[in-house]
Amino acid sequence: MAVYRRNYKPYAGGLTPAWSRFLVLFRYSRRNLFRSKFLTGLFVACFFYPIVCLVMIYLAHSAGFLKQLGLPSEILTIDNVFFFHLMSAQGAFAFLLTAFVGPGLISPDLANGALPLYFCRPFSRAEYVLGKSSVLVILLSEVTWVPGIILFVIQASFAGAAWTWSNLWIALSFVISSLLWIAILALLAMALSAWVKWRIVAGALLLAVMFFGAGFAQAVNAVLRTHAGHFFNLGYLMSTVWNALFQIDSDHDIPVAEACIAIFVYCSACLALLLRKVRAYEVVR
Amino acid sequence: MSTTAQPGAAAHHNLQTPPAAPLVPLIELQGLSIRFGARDILRNLNASLRGRAIGLLGPNGAGKSTLINTLLGFYKPFAGSARVFDHDIRTDLREIRRVVGYMPENDAFISKMNAVSFVQMMGELSGLPSGVALERAHEALFYVGLAEARYRPLGTYSLGMKQLAKLAQAIVHGPKLLILDEPTNGLDPTARQRMIRMVREIRDGEEMRIVLCSHLLRDVEDTCDEVLILKQGQIVHYSNLNEERRANRRFLELETYGANGDFTAAIERLGCECAVSGNRMKMVLADGIGARDIFRLAAEREVRIRRLNFRRDTLEDIFLKAMEN
Repeated sequence: MAVYRRNYKPYAGGLTPAWSRFLVLFRYSRRNLFRSKFLTGLFVACFFYPIVCLVMIYLAHSAGFLKQLGLPSEILTIDNVFFFHLMSAQGAFAFLLTAFVGPGLISPDLANGALPLYFCRPFSRAEYVLGKSSVLVILLSEVTWVPGIILFVIQASFAGAAWTWSNLWIALSFVISSLLWIAILALLAMALSAWVKWRIVAGALLLAVMFFGAGFAQAVNAVLRTHAGHFFNLGYLMSTVWNALFQIDSDHDIPVAEACIAIFVYCSACLALLLRKVRAYEVVR
Repeated sequence: MSTTAQPGAAAHHNLQTPPAAPLVPLIELQGLSIRFGARDILRNLNASLRGRAIGLLGPNGAGKSTLINTLLGFYKPFAGSARVFDHDIRTDLREIRRVVGYMPENDAFISKMNAVSFVQMMGELSGLPSGVALERAHEALFYVGLAEARYRPLGTYSLGMKQLAKLAQAIVHGPKLLILDEPTNGLDPTARQRMIRMVREIRDGEEMRIVLCSHLLRDVEDTCDEVLILKQGQIVHYSNLNEERRANRRFLELETYGANGDFTAAIERLGCECAVSGNRMKMVLADGIGARDIFRLAAEREVRIRRLNFRRDTLEDIFLKAMEN
């Protein structure tokens, strides 16, 4: 029917599978993201360090070229420390991306009262959260474990099967570290975005949670002469887990198991806060 | 003939059904109660709504929007249940939402999106394939009269345009039931007329049934064939307006001088329903009673009748009567 005919017709065609509806949100949100030149620039910058790493891997396997430069061939070692540094750098970029993208995911819907429009359709709150979080999960995956695994595969192709089998755990550690970081970042950003309707304030709060959390943790430790303050420092908790996963010796004061539990508690709390706020209408009791 | 719900226990426990019921039940309320904390918002609602366009009327805070939100599954019933197209709101929510289009009362949009993307996305969330949703988004926007402005960001729309965009997203997926919550809120007279005309068109198209929630009697009177009046969370009146309009009842409006309670009582003794407001009286004449009898009663009591009009019972009268009860 031509669109200019001003009459209404019912729809009798097929429907998309219910499980795939959350992808609609992902698609539209993703499309909106890259309208920002700053975000596009930041996203491109996220690949700077992986490219440097790629060059390093190439050089590590180019003994002749290193010799020409007058460098010993052992100067570049591709091992767990190498991938740990990659993880740390990409984790920092992931945080920056989250600070820019996360607050804009839910707060505009809340500010403009759009939630009833989503939930009056065959679309649940869980699907909404899944759809919105998938934007961050996929975006952050693209800058964390995906380049990490690509570099691991390239290194494996240069180093051979023996190296690959003996270092396969590094790839696994990289993926687990990335997913943990992505989970906490995505949930924290969305929870803040849901509770603070203003995008800029939500972004500032995310930065505050990370940086003031670290300061607060130090203050608690100093005043109370304890190590329990580290539980307020998300970065410290994550770094404890990463060190353990990459088998890096460190002097962290918190056991890994406790750090994992603390991260799990943070994630659960964020999810609970999120689901409490993401409703068609708030009930005033 | 109207079936007026009596306030109090009788109104709560009797299933109220208007006499004319040509369509399958659209909404059935079965002892539905909603409670927020210690506050009862809806109390034991029982009704079977069957009209093509049903008006939900009531003063602010009567529970109209809460009833709609409950039907859409936004609030869980405290007691009882409700069925929409025979689907239970407790168990078949997804199925209900599939066949319902909802236009909320307040601003509801995504500011940076243009209207086409917005309506398309809403269509896709309702299950339409992407291409179909795009086509129907254009159609819906043409239909509601936003064709020229459909590529503008919604944040730049006027209030009237936002209302139309909300209507477009509510009909894009071809629902069987369209729920409109205060559709003329904040519209100027021209935009209101346009919205009312559109609602009438949709109603007459017979593809969709409508529930229109409003505190504006005129909107309901202009568009609906049934009306459910709520007051303090209870149903106080449910009637078929078409039947009311068709009924051969005689409505009389009097302006009197010197009338007192005795005159009113005498009229009521004749079997007439009577409502008094200052020196004005509205009454429904009983069978066999004419204006001559009213003049006679007035003469006997030395009441002067300054003006006498025959007129039909309007929704305003029904509403006021329901509120007085």
